[in-house]
Amino acid sequence: MPQPRTQFTMPMRILHWLLAAMVLAMLCIGLSMVASLGNYHTLVSIHRPLGIAILLLVAVRLVVRLLSPLPPFPPTVPPRERLIASASEYLMYTLLFVLPLVGWGMLSAARYPVIMFGSFQLPFILPHNITLYWWLRQTHTVLAFLLFFTFLAHFAAVLFHTLVIRDRLLSRMLPWTSRPR
Amino acid sequence: MEPAPANQNRPPPVRPPKPDRSLPRLILVAILLAAVLAGFAYEAGWLTPHDLTPADFVPAFEGTGARPGFRLNHAKGICVSGSFESNGNGLEVCKATVFSKGTIPVVGRFSLGGAMPFQTDTLTQVRGLGLQLTAGDGAVWRTAMINFPVFPLATPQAFYDMLIASRPDPATGKPEPAKIQAFFAANPETAAALKIIKAQPPSAGFADSTFHSLNAFIFTSRTGVSTPVRWIFEPAQSASPAPFAPADDKNFLFDDLIAQLAHGPLHWHLILVVGQPGDPTNDATLPWPPTRRRIDAGTLTIDQIESEDTSPTALLNFDPLVLPDGIAPSDDPLLSARSAVYSASFTYRSGAAKPPSAVTPADIQGIESRNHPGG
Repeated sequence: MPQPRTQFTMPMRILHWLLAAMVLAMLCIGLSMVASLGNYHTLVSIHRPLGIAILLLVAVRLVVRLLSPLPPFPPTVPPRERLIASASEYLMYTLLFVLPLVGWGMLSAARYPVIMFGSFQLPFILPHNITLYWWLRQTHTVLAFLLFFTFLAHFAAVLFHTLVIRDRLLSRMLPWTSRPR
Repeated sequence: MEPAPANQNRPPPVRPPKPDRSLPRLILVAILLAAVLAGFAYEAGWLTPHDLTPADFVPAFEGTGARPGFRLNHAKGICVSGSFESNGNGLEVCKATVFSKGTIPVVGRFSLGGAMPFQTDTLTQVRGLGLQLTAGDGAVWRTAMINFPVFPLATPQAFYDMLIASRPDPATGKPEPAKIQAFFAANPETAAALKIIKAQPPSAGFADSTFHSLNAFIFTSRTGVSTPVRWIFEPAQSASPAPFAPADDKNFLFDDLIAQLAHGPLHWHLILVVGQPGDPTNDATLPWPPTRRRIDAGTLTIDQIESEDTSPTALLNFDPLVLPDGIAPSDDPLLSARSAVYSASFTYRSGAAKPPSAVTPADIQGIESRNHPGG
């Protein structure tokens, strides 16, 4: 009988840490740009293409996720926690799709050019309507905070399992090959 | 793959954690979580609540008369459209496709400075012109200009302090000269800039106003050479010999513009003023020497006018940092701040229903029918 996996597949692990770094950078940029006068333009100019890059990568990640075998939960994760962990995974995937789309949509509704780099810009995906812009702008903030708190819960759960319960939960996602001691 | 060790599938040892051993680890988890929260709070500026933010400008402009549904500043305005005929001369300093030889569509908005959307027009109040030029390849250039040769304020903080100083006393509803005096004492560059501004008396109306970019921008040519540039839209028509609107008209500047456009299109030359090393790019209160080279890059034609109440152009933010490839902001601290505050203003007004503007479609129709050539 084959041994069950102890880690996620390498493509999933690479995508996880790449997206983690991008999303954390994105949350920091988003938070600081709305409070910034001097760095506003520079930060917005990074925020736009980085958001679209996350949208593309999460699409790749979803396909990889659907095609990849998953390691089972360790026995230290009780059924209720497994449900919560799965639900938060689905929530994060949803937010990583919806947040960039809301951002792209709100720029479209306001008719701000959606500039990626140089002269390359994306088309508008919504009609010119500033009431729609206002709703999407508020939604963007609410969803960003929801993503932040989902990340925080995920971070806290992995830390608690790895450091306090000491069940090596983190090793399932570590980029290097890891075997139980 | 190496063969998996025999104990691979053994569940990790699940010891009920002993309190004496897990407490320090629990504390470590708490510290790591607190560190992440603190990092985000720092990024969001919550640890430095006294730093000036774009949101601070909303109550500051409201204190000087901003109204929901209208722009925070330059709240009184009218929308126009037309075209820009580029002669190709701009390509020498800038690769932006708006400078390629040819004619491209333009929309714009003439405005009166200040937060009050229904203020009475005066000749001395600053006039604004926001433009959007759209090149054939879709590249967009927005600019928000005023009819002052220099800007009276050097930094976002000075702008904010000026708004606070000019806020009327809530008890009397009157300006407080002592606060304004204190502002001038603290910002000597403003007095110097106002001296330059007052040396050029305002023209009779919008049609014969010269509009200035104020801030410097960095233009990049096709060969990769970067040049600091300030630009000017210079009127091709002289002052109208006699005002069209009656002297007691609250909207005489706007009404004159409507009447003049009923008689024919208006034109401005786009002049690129090419800076030289040493010319200040980070301070819009300082003029450049008048001897700087000027490139006439083409002609702006305005031939249509429409009330904000019906024009989709009213729903644009003339953010001065919506720039095509080839034009970039300079090191002027006002530029990024303008972009941030314009964005705050745009979100502010998009969240409320806009009451009718000072100049309504009926006003425009009435003036046009009275001034129709031959009619």
